[in-house]
Amino acid sequence: MPIDVYLNVTTVGILTGLVYGLMALGLSVIFGVVRVVNFAHGEMMSIAMYLTVLLFSSLNLDPLVMLVPIAAVLFVFGYALQAGLINPFISRPEHSQFLLLVALALIIVNALLIIFGPDARTVQTAYAFDSFQVGPLIVDATKLYAGAAAIVVAALLFGFFRFALIGKAIRACADNYTGALVVGLDVKRLYALTFGIGAACVGAAGVMMTLIVDVTPIIGPTYTLLAFVIVITGGLGSMAGALLGGLLIGVTEALAGLLFTPSAKSMFAFAILVLVLLFRPQGILGRRSI
Amino acid sequence: MPRRIRVSRRHLLASAVAGATSVAAPAILRAQGASSRPPLKVGVLLPRSGFEASIGQDCQRGVDIAPGILKSLNLPELAVMNADTESNVDVARERAEKLINDGAQLLVGAFDSGQSTAIAQVAEQKGIPFVINIAAAPDITEQGYKFVFRNFLTAQMILSSAFENQLELFNLIGAFPKSVVFMHVNDTFGTAMAKGINAVMPKFNMPYKILDEVSYDPTARDLSVEVAKAKGANADALLAVSRLNDAMLITRELVKQRWTPQAVLSMGPGWYEDQYLKTLGKLSSGPISFVPFQDPNKKLTKVLEAALAKAYPGINLSTNHVYTFEALLIAADAYKRAGSGEPKALADAIRTTNITDNVSIGPGIQFNAKGQNDKLKCGTIQNRGGKLVTLAPKEAANAKPEWPMAPYQNRA
Amino acid sequence: MAAKTKTLAHLADRFARLAALVFGDVPPRSMALLGTLLALLLIAPWLINDYLLTVLIIVLYFAFTGQAWNIMMGFAGQLSLGHAIYAGLGGYIAAVLFARFGIAPWLGFLAAIPAAAACGAMIGFLAFRFRVAGVYFAILTIAFAEFARIGFDHLEFVNASAGLFLPVAQYAHNDLWHLRGNPTMFYYVILAAAAIVFVLCRALLKSRVGYCWLAIREDEQAARSLGIDSFRYKMAAVMISAVITSFAGVFYAFFYNNLFPEQVFNISRSIEMILGPIIGGIGTLFGPIVGAFVLTGLAEALNTMLIALGFDLPGAKQVFYGVCLLLVVAALPDGVWPWLARLIGVEERRR
Repeated sequence: MPIDVYLNVTTVGILTGLVYGLMALGLSVIFGVVRVVNFAHGEMMSIAMYLTVLLFSSLNLDPLVMLVPIAAVLFVFGYALQAGLINPFISRPEHSQFLLLVALALIIVNALLIIFGPDARTVQTAYAFDSFQVGPLIVDATKLYAGAAAIVVAALLFGFFRFALIGKAIRACADNYTGALVVGLDVKRLYALTFGIGAACVGAAGVMMTLIVDVTPIIGPTYTLLAFVIVITGGLGSMAGALLGGLLIGVTEALAGLLFTPSAKSMFAFAILVLVLLFRPQGILGRRSI
Repeated sequence: MPRRIRVSRRHLLASAVAGATSVAAPAILRAQGASSRPPLKVGVLLPRSGFEASIGQDCQRGVDIAPGILKSLNLPELAVMNADTESNVDVARERAEKLINDGAQLLVGAFDSGQSTAIAQVAEQKGIPFVINIAAAPDITEQGYKFVFRNFLTAQMILSSAFENQLELFNLIGAFPKSVVFMHVNDTFGTAMAKGINAVMPKFNMPYKILDEVSYDPTARDLSVEVAKAKGANADALLAVSRLNDAMLITRELVKQRWTPQAVLSMGPGWYEDQYLKTLGKLSSGPISFVPFQDPNKKLTKVLEAALAKAYPGINLSTNHVYTFEALLIAADAYKRAGSGEPKALADAIRTTNITDNVSIGPGIQFNAKGQNDKLKCGTIQNRGGKLVTLAPKEAANAKPEWPMAPYQNRA
Repeated sequence: MAAKTKTLAHLADRFARLAALVFGDVPPRSMALLGTLLALLLIAPWLINDYLLTVLIIVLYFAFTGQAWNIMMGFAGQLSLGHAIYAGLGGYIAAVLFARFGIAPWLGFLAAIPAAAACGAMIGFLAFRFRVAGVYFAILTIAFAEFARIGFDHLEFVNASAGLFLPVAQYAHNDLWHLRGNPTMFYYVILAAAAIVFVLCRALLKSRVGYCWLAIREDEQAARSLGIDSFRYKMAAVMISAVITSFAGVFYAFFYNNLFPEQVFNISRSIEMILGPIIGGIGTLFGPIVGAFVLTGLAEALNTMLIALGFDLPGAKQVFYGVCLLLVVAALPDGVWPWLARLIGVEERRR
């Protein structure tokens, strides 16, 4: 296989990995702070994707333009979900949380099926088939834009948690729950806020994802699993870790698909996950104490 | 485009009958004599939710337009009982039991081989005839069942017919690809076809060599790596067995990675389906599919087309509708000849079915001792300007082939 | 002659003592209820039609797998979300042995036992030695199940994703040895299996092993400080659970007569298995059984209701089902059984 095929495939892996990373970022925030096992993560993303498709087909707005409004809608959704439904479950055992979110995921998937029907929906922008040629490298335009947008959103989020007061408060909740209470932080509201932010993140990722893939009601579960794999690999509570995890999984799957049977490429992601869980459970960039 | 949400079966049947009535108005007056018998209770099992929802709901359209057409053919009335298998084997079996419990005298379904196997066991055990509309796993009709019938090609049959058709096509155009790269989806159908190729291809002296085989995950949302690998094989043409979503993904990647194969030879669903044509527009022309299909020159095909256009405007007639409709046609025809709805009589009547005035390509509907219609053939169809034209076999052809494919980059 | 009666009496005495040990301190009301349930289930095939029989088979199947999973979760406190791997292994091993070599499923199960135990041991070892717990353990189990799914999807020996089909014999007579026959035979097989597992769980709980498990679940540090080798006991829980689940796989394979890796190892299968015990009540003996009845009953009721209303909307049933699940898990955090038990006055000691 000529070298440019490897180059192309690696590039694809990197770009797609960035978008996966953004999706996982949302989960990292939710899981890392609120400690809820969000098994409806992929389904939330599919809501965002359907919103994008809907707005695109009715108003003809480019997805990247719709990034902010849709992320905002998902923020509200996440906030309401946390405050209304999930809050009492935080102290409950994992299997209860799990069941709650699995039930939620089931409802979302089938509601989407009823509303939008089973056929795949796409967003065909004017630049949907463009590609840039740089020497032997052929870079897909939509993937490039999506990847770039992912980096921007991740940077914004990073800045928020680093420098904004609320961001620091949220980090405090994650680090030391009791301490945060003692200091007088309204933990309940901050949790809801965090869930909202995580949802906004996954919403943004969803908007970008519509540029790359087609939407069907049932794509949620695969992405939920992927998000967990990335978050655990990259490290809980570390945003850079989520992005790095996304990159790692994206590139590994791409190269594995090239070198081995593409239909088995997911095995490598799971193999990496197992190795990380065993030898470095805090993840590549995670901190020691979980 | 907002999707019509159906709330009532009765409403649906009513609108379908209304649609077909205007096509067959005079015939209905004649048919009144035949329908003095009680309608035959037919249970239809399809995956209308779950991961096969899209295909199941498409098959359902073939069910919905059937009653009117059957009436116009002077055939007895069917009382259809719809059930959703939820793309799940357990549910399929249970639903089949429930339908039989609720009085179904005949079952039709279920698109998926696994679910069809489960239903076949129930049907055989209860002695209720089961007519399979679409399922390609050969094993189903190898079990010695007396009550299971399949009016569809097995994977082996699809392959043999496809290779035959390809040779016929190459003869017609006087050209052929010297090498192909074989891409297939790694699910039940795709794998059965891939395996079958090794067994079946040597019998046909195909002029091309398979340089590489790229199998991909059915749930893959992004096939850039797979297509890159296929492109890297440097073959003349692309041989494919895909589903609808992968066909669209692959095509997009072909455009983005700037590779237009000499031809896309598909031996499965996807490349000729409505959504493919609509979504990809100008980029959808070119691929040639060797698949079970309707014979455009048959009389009943035109009737079916008209009925579909009336009930579901904008949807082209294709495999899912055709074979599902034919399953109901078989049921009604058998009921007429059996004279009673007694299951054993029905089964015996089905076994002696001989319908030449049907829709699908081939000499007609007959069943061998195993309950399989082994005379079915594939058609060769090509996408052209948002429509489908039939290139072969000769009796069914209505256009000349376009070879090689117009380069994607030149299509505005 | 005298010697024979003596050994019989001796055996009977041993049996009685064992029964007393296992069921001794069960309140008479509970025993009465249990007896009634068992009696009803035994004569069910004569009371109900074939469709309901199939539903009951599914209920008992999930009661069975639920009990097996409960051993790992309720007793040893490990949340496994990849239990389908054991069922899949059991099913495939028995199916391949039958399809290719004509070996009976009971022997096939014997062959599957070491495989399932080894798989469970591997997962358990990796988890416990490397201190993977809680959600991480759950994700680890998912990873292994997915691994198996993709692996089997490419394994030529079991026909890969094209699926493994078992030769089906006619239903003229029941062949228990080869598990070929009509649904009534399968019903009694799964009923026996569920009953045996129920008694087994009860026996385990009352034994030393059970108390060690309880101690480990409540406070592992304290248990270890008392000298309990938590690693060994947790491993035992995992392996027992795995082996029992593999039998479920064998049953499944021979009842449905076809296996596809995509479906058999699918995460939705694992989720189906654990819904019962969670809804019914983790750690309780009746939880999985009650859960299985509630869930399957709910699904069927929803279906019947929607059809009766003429509501032919694919996906509607699942939405209602999900809403019901939500309501149950929100309103009854401990599960349906503890609430039900309080209601009918047979409160099980909260484990």
